[in-house]
Amino acid sequence: MARFEGTETYVATDDLRVAVNAAIALERPLLVKGEPGTGKTILAHEIAKALGKEIITWHIKSTTKAQQGLYEYDAVTRLRDSQLGDPKVGDIRNYIVRGKLWHAFTADTAPVLLIDEIDKADIEFPNDLLLELDRMEFYVYETRETVVAKQRPVVIITSNNEKELPDAFLRRCFFHYIRFPDRETMTRILAVHYPGLHKALVHEALNIFYDVRDVPGLKKKPSTSELLDWIKLLMVEDIAPETLRQRDPAKLIPPLHGALLKNEQDVHLFERLAFLHRRERGGA
Amino acid sequence: MFIGFLLELREAKLPVSLKEFLTLMEAMRRNVAGYSVDDFYYLARAALVKDERNLDKFDRVFGHYFKGLETPGEARLEIPAEWLKALGEKLLTEEEKKLIEAMGGWEKLMETLKQRLAEQQGRHEGGKKWIGTAGTSPYGAYGYNPEGVRIGQDKNRNNRAVKVWDKREFRNLDDRVELGTRNIKLALRRLRQFAREGAELELDLDDTIRATARNAGWLDLKLVPERHNAVKVLLLLDIGGSMDGHIRTCAELFSAARGEFKHLEYFYFHNCPYEGLWPDAMRRHVERVPTPEILRTYDQSYKLIFVGDASMSPYEIEQPGGSVEHWNDESGEIWMRRLLATYPKAVWLNPVPERYWSGTLSIAMISELMEGRMFPLTLDGLDRAMRRLTR
Repeated sequence: MARFEGTETYVATDDLRVAVNAAIALERPLLVKGEPGTGKTILAHEIAKALGKEIITWHIKSTTKAQQGLYEYDAVTRLRDSQLGDPKVGDIRNYIVRGKLWHAFTADTAPVLLIDEIDKADIEFPNDLLLELDRMEFYVYETRETVVAKQRPVVIITSNNEKELPDAFLRRCFFHYIRFPDRETMTRILAVHYPGLHKALVHEALNIFYDVRDVPGLKKKPSTSELLDWIKLLMVEDIAPETLRQRDPAKLIPPLHGALLKNEQDVHLFERLAFLHRRERGGA
Repeated sequence: MFIGFLLELREAKLPVSLKEFLTLMEAMRRNVAGYSVDDFYYLARAALVKDERNLDKFDRVFGHYFKGLETPGEARLEIPAEWLKALGEKLLTEEEKKLIEAMGGWEKLMETLKQRLAEQQGRHEGGKKWIGTAGTSPYGAYGYNPEGVRIGQDKNRNNRAVKVWDKREFRNLDDRVELGTRNIKLALRRLRQFAREGAELELDLDDTIRATARNAGWLDLKLVPERHNAVKVLLLLDIGGSMDGHIRTCAELFSAARGEFKHLEYFYFHNCPYEGLWPDAMRRHVERVPTPEILRTYDQSYKLIFVGDASMSPYEIEQPGGSVEHWNDESGEIWMRRLLATYPKAVWLNPVPERYWSGTLSIAMISELMEGRMFPLTLDGLDRAMRRLTR
């Protein structure tokens, strides 16, 4: 049986690894929650890569209906075809548009199916998918056939906690909450993404990064993905670790902060802090 | 296997179902976790806990149930004596204090503690030994300190840090902590969900076009619930007591969600509502609205939410003239009953932690008047209250 052990580009913590393997072994969906930017969506892609499977992603929006994941009956095209006298019109099968779940069920080798941000959808959405995800089959009314999964796909579901998911749905899933990585894990993540990165730079950058995250009142705390972008910028700009180490109060705002702080209130907050800091210094 | 674990989880109010438990068993049978205790913990967590709010509860039960699975580590003695003393003073009876004196005071006790730890090879459970778990001794794991001060087992032989489930990293996600700025956002989200209920229907243009096309041109009207809300809230807040801070938090919370409600009206009272309520907390001695006027003005479609600690003298509820501020002709109970009769959908939010409720007579009385619809002012309590209101 295939097991997931993390990949070259993705650091999987022990608990994540166990949860993923449990979901694969028991062919149950895995529900992943966590702070934005901790790699929920990436996880599904990495699992697919590690297991050598195809990935099918289904991005959920507020208007997405469960039915769209199964199939849709394109009545408008059929109506037009009938008026144009197209011979296709006799067979309703020509107007059944397959959804992501159908694709996942009928793929030759079991793919990884990512249902992204399930909490964006209507509150009834997960309930509507209960049976389909549990039994991995559904019925097409128009053609009176049942679509059954050839192999059960690996289903990864992500949620940002905007809505509560129904209990019946949760009972059928494994669950994993991705915590914000601690320093050790973060160092490993950086090593995976930028091999050969200067140790001193990593050290200083992480110091600043975790300091920034600790500033009270930040609207949007920088996350892993922002850190990765920032480090990349630091490398491109060829900023030396010494520059980062300078704790010059006048330069309290970290260099290239645009990658870390994503809204102007947060930048203002930092400027204000820097100003206060300077004044304290001046007074003392 | 592990039936006791399941029962203990359920005891701790973790919503674990049989299906999830069987899933865990199935995963064990398929050897997903291998033979490592850590992996078993991760597996059990992924299979049984479906909400990050419950992770902390799970960690505690796991730590308790599977204690002793790992080799007990070397004892570590860094308990501040001050703390022990304070705790002991709080928990010990006079008799026990005398016993301690007889043993030679606190210094001696610390010595004994050290000795016991040194002697202790296995683990202790129950009994009256000084150190262990679930005993009568206040020392040992899962004591009163919220940090869970523990003696020993902080490090195991592999020299790894604290055991994962003993770290209790998810404590902040536990929704039984009181509302603070940290979780106020989540609370708002709850209120917003609540506010979305009870909407009217409106025409769904897209669906109508689609349905009409499907009907080959016959008009087929489709309706969807309107996206905005129709919830009306009447908020009665208790002020002028020790709970003012909480009350303010709550008032701010509701006003932040104000845009989501169709109507939100506030009034204030002190301890118990009587024949008059104040529209403005600062000007309570100047302006007063008679309660009957409120009952007339806002109809029964309003949902009534009381916020208060309900801690007062029972007279303030039961007796005419019981109010601490003025002479009331009719008792608070009568006014409460009138309010509740007018607004069948009502809840009471109480900032006092739930575990202290049984200790105060007036809380029990108010709770009885509310027919049990009193909820703690925590995320979880707010959630339950809102669910109750929409039921």
